[in-house]
Amino acid sequence: MILNGSQILIEALKREGVDVIFGLPGGVVLKIFDELHQQSAIQVLLARHEQGVGHMAEGYAKATGKPGIALVTSGPGMTNIVTPLADAYMDSVPIIVFTGQVSTQLIGNDAFQEADNLGISRPCTKHNFLVRDVKDLSRTIREAFHIATTGRPGPVLVDIPKDVSMNTAEFEYPEEVNLRGYNPNREGDKTQVTRAAEAICQAKRPVIYVGGGAVFANAADEVKALAEIGNIPVDMTLMGLGIFPATHPLSLGMLGMHGSYTANMAIHHADLVIAVGSRFDDRVTGKTSEFCPKAKIIHIDIDPTSIRKVRDIEVHIPILGDVKTVLTELTQVLRVSIDGHKKNLRGPWWNQLREWMVQHPLAYSQSDDEAIKPQYVIDRLCRLTTDNDPIVATDVGQHQMWTAQYFKLEHPRRWLTSGGLGTMGFGFPAALGAQRAYPDRLVLCISGDGSFQMNLQELATAVLYKLPVKVAIINNHYHGMVRQWQDLFYEGRYASSHLFAIPDYVKLAEAYGAVGLRATTPSDVDVVIQEAVDTDGPVLMDFEVSQSENCYPMIPAGGANHEMLLEDPPHLSQAAKSLVRVSDDGDSVLTA
Amino acid sequence: MSVENIEREHIVSMRVENRSGVLARVAGLFSGRGYNIESLTVAPTLDPTISMMTIVTKGDDLIIEQILKQLNKLVEAISVIDLTERAYIDRDMAIIKVQTTPETRAEVFRIAEIFRARVIDSTNTMYTLEVTGTGRKVEAMIYQLQPIGIEELVRAGHIAVAREPYGEDTDIRSK
Repeated sequence: MILNGSQILIEALKREGVDVIFGLPGGVVLKIFDELHQQSAIQVLLARHEQGVGHMAEGYAKATGKPGIALVTSGPGMTNIVTPLADAYMDSVPIIVFTGQVSTQLIGNDAFQEADNLGISRPCTKHNFLVRDVKDLSRTIREAFHIATTGRPGPVLVDIPKDVSMNTAEFEYPEEVNLRGYNPNREGDKTQVTRAAEAICQAKRPVIYVGGGAVFANAADEVKALAEIGNIPVDMTLMGLGIFPATHPLSLGMLGMHGSYTANMAIHHADLVIAVGSRFDDRVTGKTSEFCPKAKIIHIDIDPTSIRKVRDIEVHIPILGDVKTVLTELTQVLRVSIDGHKKNLRGPWWNQLREWMVQHPLAYSQSDDEAIKPQYVIDRLCRLTTDNDPIVATDVGQHQMWTAQYFKLEHPRRWLTSGGLGTMGFGFPAALGAQRAYPDRLVLCISGDGSFQMNLQELATAVLYKLPVKVAIINNHYHGMVRQWQDLFYEGRYASSHLFAIPDYVKLAEAYGAVGLRATTPSDVDVVIQEAVDTDGPVLMDFEVSQSENCYPMIPAGGANHEMLLEDPPHLSQAAKSLVRVSDDGDSVLTA
Repeated sequence: MSVENIEREHIVSMRVENRSGVLARVAGLFSGRGYNIESLTVAPTLDPTISMMTIVTKGDDLIIEQILKQLNKLVEAISVIDLTERAYIDRDMAIIKVQTTPETRAEVFRIAEIFRARVIDSTNTMYTLEVTGTGRKVEAMIYQLQPIGIEELVRAGHIAVAREPYGEDTDIRSK
């Protein structure tokens, strides 16, 4: 079958099971869009900005586990999607970005809308390709899908020059991929698995520290089995939320900079840390030289570079392999070797954990006559929608951390957040991508007034495609996390963190043809949420919240995990000089 | 596993796909992650689809481990070997233009002979010498020629290859 490059692209995508492309056209990709226009198997979902395109593909991929597909033009189209590429690279999201390129004979001539797409995207993709000959196109697409979705997933960019999209070739889609330099390891070493099982049997104070890698490996059942067989508490990273039910008695919630008191104390005092698909990010470890100082570490990961990456953190039992496969083996061995007697040894550990939970639970206060607390909004959002099993997207900042703390997720792939790169503007388009994948599910986007303004143009996309995402703006008129750091470490000088000009979000929603709702008092909150959930189509909820609320617990940068701030220090302006720290016995102490 | 914090020079020998952009990937990886490249050579092998890269880098055990893992992770890297872990032979090459006067010409020639360098070009005031050998040997020759007057100097990067085992020495082969 002789096809032109654009038709080959479409046929190849069909073979890969693609039914939607998030895209934005431009000069050099007109042929591709023209061919897409003449078929109906693949929908083109037109966004308003290429950053939106990329995050939509990410949201789709995170929610479904299938790769998200993006198609943008050369030059500015490509540079605008660099942020989603970097975001996807950090958070291991399988997206495949097709970029237009100027015709092969023009490459390197500073042609109109030319950019070095390979050069620009090299450090923020798992791999990238420039297709110079239409004969290589179908094989390249096959390889791109293979690379994006196997091993540690990640973004792949395929750059298609205009002439390649128009030239013809015989279409044949390769069954096999032959990449001699790419062999992602799949199975864990049996000896290491046995060693890990022994360590778990002997541990008196074990903790599972599970991250996004377990989500991508679809290993929720295996994580649960490990926790339950071993009676082991579970700490989740920001990226891991949902992999283990938040309301499960073994769940300690999120750990790290804004993690729960118990999650952080647990990992600090553990004698065995079982790291599962997590990468010892600095927001998790705090001061690395004091990270779980008493623990042996088992690290299960598919990416060899993640193992023993952090200088001060020694990994005693590394297991390189697919998390799901390794955990299956590990739980099999454990089922045989662990006995009730050994589990009972952990009684004192659980007593200690429960004591910490009681001492410092996640808490906020809300009375009727004060401003709405942001935590209250998120708490209510969670409680009022929990029966819908919603997908929750967030942006980046205080609202993200509060959502991580208060929105109790029971299942994986319900949580769309930008962890590694911390991309403000991620949430709304990601929610739209997930909504496109699951038109009948409830998709929430919890955002901040700062973050939402970074990609609000996608309201048009939501309205156009009737994607009924419910956006909750936690509106405090600040870049709240910036303001919090300024409170704590810059003596309250709010340099460029107050946003001053805040749009009327209700009118904004209406201007786009969406529904806008506003809550200004605590009693409005439930009403607004209920109305939003009951409304067909996209809704923008503006929650006017307390402007001065800060997010705790917080491990100040450079602090160890047991050194948490639990509330605003008495004199915020002096906080930079004297941090309030919590000692091991739970008392707040001031240290110089 | 005990880890040493001492920085050492390592020679990494890498087989990569012979395609444009691979060198940029390798170089970008080093600069992006803050690793050092002391020298890098790249040339095709007998198999024209494969190039061999020899990279001299510096770092303590943890950094070298990360460098090897990161290089291995590149889709276009076919194999990555740390030659420093085994018996190997390495060579440097330099082409050196030395200013000469009637009084120094014999001396330059003698130094060239000692280091088994060859004179590959000659004018009334200049010898151009070619020397190959270990890095230390090349440096030693440069050191001796410097007082006489080096006009120009070009050095190629390190190339290296694992030694073939002999006799009972099967340990190396098994690697």
